[in-house]
Amino acid sequence: MASPVAPAGGTRNGASPEWGGFEENIQGGGSAVIDMENMDDTSGSSFEDMGELHQRLREEEVDADAAAAEEEDGEFLGMKGFKGQLSRQVADQMWQAGKRQASKAFSLYANIDILRPYFDVEPAQVRSRLLESMIPVKMVNFPQKIAGELYGPLMLVFTLVAILLHGMKTSDTIIREGTLMGTAIGTCFGYWLGVSSFIYFLAYLCNSQITMLQMLALLGYGLFGHCIVLFVTYNIHLHALFYLFWLLVGGLSTLRMVAVLVSRTVGPTQRLLLCGTLATLHMLFLLYLHFAYHKVVEGILDTLEGPNIPPIQRVPRDIPVAGLPIAVLNATAKVVALTLQPH
Amino acid sequence: MAEADERTVGETATKPGFLGLSDVSISEDIPVEGEITVPMASHSQDEDYSTLDEPVKETIIRDLKAVGKKFVHVMYPKKSNALLRDWDLWGPLVLCVSLALMLQGGSADSKEDGGPQFAEVFVIIWFGAVVITLNSKLLGGTISFFQSLCVLGYCVLPLTVAMLVCRLVLLAGMGPINFLIRLIVVIAMFVWSTLASTAFLADSQPPNRKALAVYPIFLFYFVISWMILTFTPH
Repeated sequence: MASPVAPAGGTRNGASPEWGGFEENIQGGGSAVIDMENMDDTSGSSFEDMGELHQRLREEEVDADAAAAEEEDGEFLGMKGFKGQLSRQVADQMWQAGKRQASKAFSLYANIDILRPYFDVEPAQVRSRLLESMIPVKMVNFPQKIAGELYGPLMLVFTLVAILLHGMKTSDTIIREGTLMGTAIGTCFGYWLGVSSFIYFLAYLCNSQITMLQMLALLGYGLFGHCIVLFVTYNIHLHALFYLFWLLVGGLSTLRMVAVLVSRTVGPTQRLLLCGTLATLHMLFLLYLHFAYHKVVEGILDTLEGPNIPPIQRVPRDIPVAGLPIAVLNATAKVVALTLQPH
Repeated sequence: MAEADERTVGETATKPGFLGLSDVSISEDIPVEGEITVPMASHSQDEDYSTLDEPVKETIIRDLKAVGKKFVHVMYPKKSNALLRDWDLWGPLVLCVSLALMLQGGSADSKEDGGPQFAEVFVIIWFGAVVITLNSKLLGGTISFFQSLCVLGYCVLPLTVAMLVCRLVLLAGMGPINFLIRLIVVIAMFVWSTLASTAFLADSQPPNRKALAVYPIFLFYFVISWMILTFTPH
């Protein structure tokens, strides 16, 4: 590789070794182009350059190559190899860190621009889509349109988080808010993203025509029904009312999603699988949101009532602890008395 | 001779012409070089306001005045750009910390502690502000990231006042009238916060999308005011 350049490099080889080493120190973590330049400078010892290449490719062979270089040019080249390796590692690390930071910052801004088209909506559009999310359309033969938009779904998820929080707070018990707030955010976003991905995966298996973006929008707008049901039933604690709303409102929004999915899937088995899974998950999620926090509330009620019982349990446990020093004192007193007696 | 005279006369006649031209080109009426000292003259006045050699006290007082002026702007939300023009994050930091400290319940170990912890309030305020800002950017708002954070942070001021009132009212003890007072105060301050931040931020949005940008702001202040209303010390 370096042989064509060897004569040119050989002429200035007498003065170059230090410069070569210096350059390598600077450009340790560079790209392949810089490698070629380095090769030009140190081409007098082409054997060592081959060693450098191997070093880059397989680091475990470093020692052997350095030994080979030492055989040829003595102590200096070995030292140089060590230096180059060290500087390369440091430069590599710095470069990696810098690259990570830069790519993170860049991807944030890039993502903003990438996401902007999905937020390109008018208030009237959002309103009509919210209403449409409650109206199932019975059109199976032709694929129904799904608006690929993320503003509505994102705001609905945030609203659901706020409603869950409201529900937790309106319950008579005092709840440790922070953990439940984290739970609320995690639950809502987890459901939205998780179920969307899962259904998208199923849709891929069932060969239905839907993209991830459409799935996110569909499921996101499907949460509108959940928001209504939970907002009403967290304020009016009636189980019958909840079940009515669950079937009516939750059922309508679920039916809407099912109708869209059916229109975009071919084959009865696939339709049954896909829509059955989605409907089950969606309806059960609403049930879960309504009752899980009741359960949490009951659990906390138990722990709040707890302090009435533990003192009774703690009494027998406390006695030996309290009695122990007295017993010890008695024992020590006896010992002291015994030791004092002979005197 | 006459020809020569004529030539010389002609030369003398042309010479002034050239001279005149050269005079025009280098004349002081039309400055070709440009007056470099003119903009410097206005700069020299700015140098009087140099903050390098002033006492620290003055710097702090000036910054506090700037923060205080913005507080006034929030309390009297006019169509003003003062909050947007020179943003700072000191006011939001102070408001956020004081709100979080007041919302802080008892110790973290006690089971009865219903108050949110300091870090939670802190994170909710900043995370919520960041989400609103990103949302407004995504909707096509013409506002910088920190300007929006500044406005949203300063508009927490009414809610901090509401928290202060709630704590004072709670000193008197619990009761339905007590709760009613707190409810009214919190709702009023919530509306105030939302209106103030909307007044500052709505102009940066495309006119047809104001409702979309305002909704998350409403939600954000609603959650904070809900936390304030349900706060009960133990």
